[in-house]
Amino acid sequence: MASAVLVNEVGLHARPSVKLTQTAKRFAAKLEVALADDGPWVDAKSPVKIMRVKAPKGATLHFRGAGPDARVAVRELVSLVERKFGEE
Amino acid sequence: MERKLTGRAASPGLYAGPAAVLTAVCGPVRAKGHPSDEQAALRAAVAVSLQELSTLVAGANGEARRIMSVQEALLEDEALIEAALEAITRGEAADAAWRDSMAHEVAGYEAAEDEYFRARAADLIDVRDRVLRHLTGATPAYRAAPGSVLNAPDLPPSMFLSHDWSQGGAVVLAQGSTSSHVAMLARARGVPMVVGVDTDVRAQDILVVDGDNGLVIADPKPETLASVQRRKAAAAHARSEAQSRVAAPALTKDGTRIVVMINVATPDDLVDVSPRSCDGIGLVRTEFLVADGALRDEQCQFELCSRLVSWADGRPVTIRTLDAGGDKPIPGYTVDGERNPFLGMRGIRLSLRHRDVFRIQLRALARTAALGPIKIMLPMVTKSQELAEATELLGEVVSELEREGVSAAQPPLGIMIEVPLAALAIDQFDAAFFSIGSNDLVQYVTAAARDGKESPEFADVMHLGVLRLIAAVAAHGARTGRDVSLCGDAGGDPRALPGLLAAGVRTLSVAPGLLAATKDAIRSVDLRRMAQPHLSPSWWDRLRSGFSSGAAKALFSGTTK
Repeated sequence: MASAVLVNEVGLHARPSVKLTQTAKRFAAKLEVALADDGPWVDAKSPVKIMRVKAPKGATLHFRGAGPDARVAVRELVSLVERKFGEE
Repeated sequence: MERKLTGRAASPGLYAGPAAVLTAVCGPVRAKGHPSDEQAALRAAVAVSLQELSTLVAGANGEARRIMSVQEALLEDEALIEAALEAITRGEAADAAWRDSMAHEVAGYEAAEDEYFRARAADLIDVRDRVLRHLTGATPAYRAAPGSVLNAPDLPPSMFLSHDWSQGGAVVLAQGSTSSHVAMLARARGVPMVVGVDTDVRAQDILVVDGDNGLVIADPKPETLASVQRRKAAAAHARSEAQSRVAAPALTKDGTRIVVMINVATPDDLVDVSPRSCDGIGLVRTEFLVADGALRDEQCQFELCSRLVSWADGRPVTIRTLDAGGDKPIPGYTVDGERNPFLGMRGIRLSLRHRDVFRIQLRALARTAALGPIKIMLPMVTKSQELAEATELLGEVVSELEREGVSAAQPPLGIMIEVPLAALAIDQFDAAFFSIGSNDLVQYVTAAARDGKESPEFADVMHLGVLRLIAAVAAHGARTGRDVSLCGDAGGDPRALPGLLAAGVRTLSVAPGLLAATKDAIRSVDLRRMAQPHLSPSWWDRLRSGFSSGAAKALFSGTTK
């Protein structure tokens, strides 16, 4: 189990959502994202579900994971958001 | 009777033509089969649609590729068809189940507060209709003659991409958004587009679409049409003239040769540019290496840089070392929690702190230098010691590579001039060349963020103080025989160009899309009319009044968009 909190500066738009799921899918762990620490938690490997969250710019993203590589995976996801999804 | 309808400008340009009114898809209804057959039918339609999308993605590039791959990712996701599969189990036909579940999905986006998310509804409708066509065998409902003005409530991106734009055309949407994918595609393709206009037009009515001003004119008077045609012809003429001259050198009216290069952020930026249309690459931003995870991967950096050198085909390529920090944080590399990251650890300051990472990049660059004429440029240099340390490090990695028997060369090492004190004490820096980073220089000199909501008017590259700094750098370069270039956004801004040239800038590096217009703007500048750059307040007043009065025409007449 690993978790992290991060203010997202670009908005979880279409391409960022897809990049997030692509990164998440590289790991075996079950990975989830939410806008609040008590959920609702959404599968970080599903672009459809992540887009439904419609996280705007400035929203705080919470990540959690369960599984052998969860810690590394959560760190990777946080780093992706910090790098503004490599979009700039 | 002529009617003027006001909307919002989504893509610039002017067009007049017959309207084509597009309505939503409503194909034949499927005969309902057994739930397991219906589920299989839906899965098959999704599979064929995915095949189509991946073909589209493979054949597209730039914006179109990014947009279609988002649709592909959504449709690949089982979550998109979950609700429809459930409805089928309850006894629905595949097409009805899909239509209803997608209506629900689309409504969720249409209700979003953020305009960006509302605009995504069109992408989902696009995906919905593609699958529906395969389920019901309906032909694409959207079909318009080339040269039409497309009228619709909203337009799916794939419709835009499959339409024949070779004979011109425009888009008018009742809903739509200026940040929709269709708007991005229209801007990339140069198709005028206005959104937020309810036209109540019939097919074949003549419409004038003014994408510069967000206007639509229905049933235009003959005089209106004539003036539209004149404006269109003048703009098209200027554009094609500029494009036809893009490979020719840029000479000012008095015959001064200006070197025009391009800025590159990723190798994809070169897809639509011919190396013959520019004098080389004036700035390669290497931050994309981080996005690709190659921060510590020498071979990967070497391969990426080699691609740029082989593209440039003998022309010079200036590669900037990692410019992290400021608005470009890298976890584990930049400093966390700086109160003002723009006034802290950035660029060379971080490189010298992370010498392991810096060495890897210098090794990759020294290896690239064996393949063609590259130069290395250091960002955010403020102390001569930084240049000296980088020079020493570069010498070390070159001898190291030689010892290893790897072919390498020592490229010239230059510095960015983006902090005012580097410009003020320029003679302290024994660099091979200087490149003025006007974006940061302007921010630091004017104390105004260029992307701030309120402050852009203060971040003025044409301020006399900024021009004096630029002129000091240009004069030092001319005196000491060192190249000076300018690689910020100001170089591609036709309003700033006369002032920059008057200040002594002779080499510019601009975004690839601005090459043709920048070269043409240079051709309309007459440096003889600007006297000497004595940079006095009265000189500046004369230069400045040139921008707002008729004298501007004399300075840069024929400036094109």
